[in-house]
Amino acid sequence: MIATALSTTGFSQEVFDAFLAERDEPGWLTDRRVAAWSQFNKLGMPNNRDEEWMRTDIRLFHFDRFAPFAGIEAPSELPPALLATGVDLAGRSVSLDSRSLSNEISDECAKQGVLFGSLDSLVKEHGNLLRPYIERQLVDPNQDKFSALNAALWSGANLLFVPKGVKVARPFHSFTAMSAGGVDLGKTLVILEQGAEATLLTETASTDPEAGGMHCGSIELILEKEARLRYVNLQNWGSGVWHFAHQMGHVGANAGLQWTIGALGSRLAKVNQHVALTGPDAEAQVNGVMFTHGKQHLCYNTHQHHKAPFCRSDLLYKSALQDKSRTVWRGMIKVDEAAQRTDAYQRNDNLMLSTAARADSIPGLEIEADDVRCTHGSTSGRVDDHQLFYAMTRGYTRQEAVRMIVSGFFQQVFDRITIESVRDALGEAIGRRVRDIEE
Amino acid sequence: MTETLKITNLHVAVEGKPILRGVNLTINRGETHALMGPNGSGKSTLGNVIMGHPNYEVTDGTIELNGEDISEWDATERARAGIFMAFQRPMAIPGVKMADFLRHATTNVRNPARKEGEELIPMRQFRKELTEKMEQLRMDTEFARRYVNDGFSGGEMKRAEILQMAMLRPKFAILDETDSGLDVDAVKLASQSIAQIGKETAGGDQMGILIITHHDKLLDQNTPDFTHVMLGGKIVETGGVELAHELYTDGYDRIRASYPEAAVAEQVMAEVEAV
Ligand SMILES: Nc1ncnc2c1ncn2[C@@H]1O[C@H](COP(=O)(O)OP(=O)(O)OP(=O)(O)O)[C@@H](O)[C@H]1O
Ligand SMILES: [Mg+2]
Repeated sequence: MIATALSTTGFSQEVFDAFLAERDEPGWLTDRRVAAWSQFNKLGMPNNRDEEWMRTDIRLFHFDRFAPFAGIEAPSELPPALLATGVDLAGRSVSLDSRSLSNEISDECAKQGVLFGSLDSLVKEHGNLLRPYIERQLVDPNQDKFSALNAALWSGANLLFVPKGVKVARPFHSFTAMSAGGVDLGKTLVILEQGAEATLLTETASTDPEAGGMHCGSIELILEKEARLRYVNLQNWGSGVWHFAHQMGHVGANAGLQWTIGALGSRLAKVNQHVALTGPDAEAQVNGVMFTHGKQHLCYNTHQHHKAPFCRSDLLYKSALQDKSRTVWRGMIKVDEAAQRTDAYQRNDNLMLSTAARADSIPGLEIEADDVRCTHGSTSGRVDDHQLFYAMTRGYTRQEAVRMIVSGFFQQVFDRITIESVRDALGEAIGRRVRDIEE
Repeated sequence: MTETLKITNLHVAVEGKPILRGVNLTINRGETHALMGPNGSGKSTLGNVIMGHPNYEVTDGTIELNGEDISEWDATERARAGIFMAFQRPMAIPGVKMADFLRHATTNVRNPARKEGEELIPMRQFRKELTEKMEQLRMDTEFARRYVNDGFSGGEMKRAEILQMAMLRPKFAILDETDSGLDVDAVKLASQSIAQIGKETAGGDQMGILIITHHDKLLDQNTPDFTHVMLGGKIVETGGVELAHELYTDGYDRIRASYPEAAVAEQVMAEVEAV
């Protein structure tokens, strides 16, 4: 199935042409891809003179070290899906190296008109339905080289579409795997029509915890009015993976988005996470848990954009850092002139587990309305010696005490997650890593 | 043979500043000792040092458990050897539920050889025991689901410390102002509970208790065999229960007058503190 041209290393014209030839997609989509591809070729690599990239050095990253769609031999066993354990699901999908492997959806959901699974194939069957959403391009292909590349070459993508008024109680789960040295160009598109409700758990992982590779992805969440989405996204790539992602959620009037991201893996991650409140009384809660070690570098640019009045947004990012790892959080709350009575909050707490680790926390406000409440805060600290001593006088070893304190630190984020099974699953996934802490 | 916690000529400094200046104290299991003394005289320091707080430096003297010098042991080892302190100011551990905290703690102390990751005491057994103890202390079971000392009232914290002692069943317990912050009824209940727990400890042998207090109510049900007075980092006088009552009623003037050298040390410590 894989044409020889596709194994050419790098993102060449031949690779792109062969990719298109193989896809057999509607013309409007092909046009989009072609435009984005030309944008990709035009845009230069971001560099450290750019404010957004100042703290994130990608000079060692080279596109031509990677072979997209190279048909690396599929491993016989996929990594375990951490978020799915013990959760009763409404559907599940699996992809490997940007190719869809399997898709399931419960009969009940299918009957109600819910679409879940591979966007690559669903867009062929439901082109008319999906076209307007895809053409909205929540993630702007022109933003940078990575957004352009994803818009041109996305594949092995996920779709969740829930029609008007349909409420799905059980979560959907999608698992995106990458083999060692592989490339993932995934995309997640979620569309909830008016009054629809759903929960989506996505996780990404490498087949080997030490694997390298490259992920250049996008996430687009569209919540029409009164829709409710709970979305959990766990990034657990191998320790050599480059992770570039553009993520955007649009929350309509009276709609509610609860978006939780967990980041454990990758060598370097550069993520733009953007939430726009587009209709009155919309609400977004954004939770982030980062746990880093080695020389990992995770950089998150978050954006809470209030475009309409009476909206609430609440962001809490917590990271615990070991070894020589580093996190960067730049958070922006932007309130448009029209967005009176905005209530916006952002907070970033960092727990330093080693003296060589470093966390940069850069909150920002840009407010054009005059009747708003916007607050932000950030803390950085080490594990408290008095807490440690207290736990040790209760028979804890020092290491056991550190792990407990780190779990507690994250628990405050998990507590915001209202679905018990999801909270437990995420807590357990992170807990595994916490148990590996060594001082 | 009765087990003994023995402190000999203990000198302790914090950040180079001497605080304890030759403390001698021997506690046998089954005995109750009261330790009194003015603010800043070094009572909590003694407790912290016995527990192995890394910020307190032992510059001279020994702490022995059954003849073995434990002054190099870390806090974990001491806790697992059966030494416990109810803190004057317990630490909050946000995000960690009381029940989870105590299940690990109880397992570790009861099974001192336990390595991390090894089995915990069975959930059912633990729950049953915890509920029982909480009922005895008239604590709402909801308490077990709250985070360790996080947002606890002063009284709740002290009760939680007693609960921990009840679960850990130590051989030796230091109670550092466990009565402060408790209302009158709660002090009564605490006094009873401590006496009860003191009798119940594992191995049949009773607990050795050191009660640090500024009052005498906690001593109602825990009549001290010995009352010690600390002044300027030294135990200057030891008596019976009547000494506790005297100090509570009359204060420390007589003590200061009788031990001028310690009174001077107290002055010096206060001045260092003020600098
Ligand atoms: N960790 C520390 N760092 C600096 N100074 C300390 C420390 N711990 C105790 N001290 C000082 O040592 C002296 C004795 O303090 P300690 O807490 O032992 O007194 P105490 O007898 O328990 O007083 P109180 O009755 O007020 O509880 C005080 O001057 C105190 O400020
Ligand atoms: Mg004290």
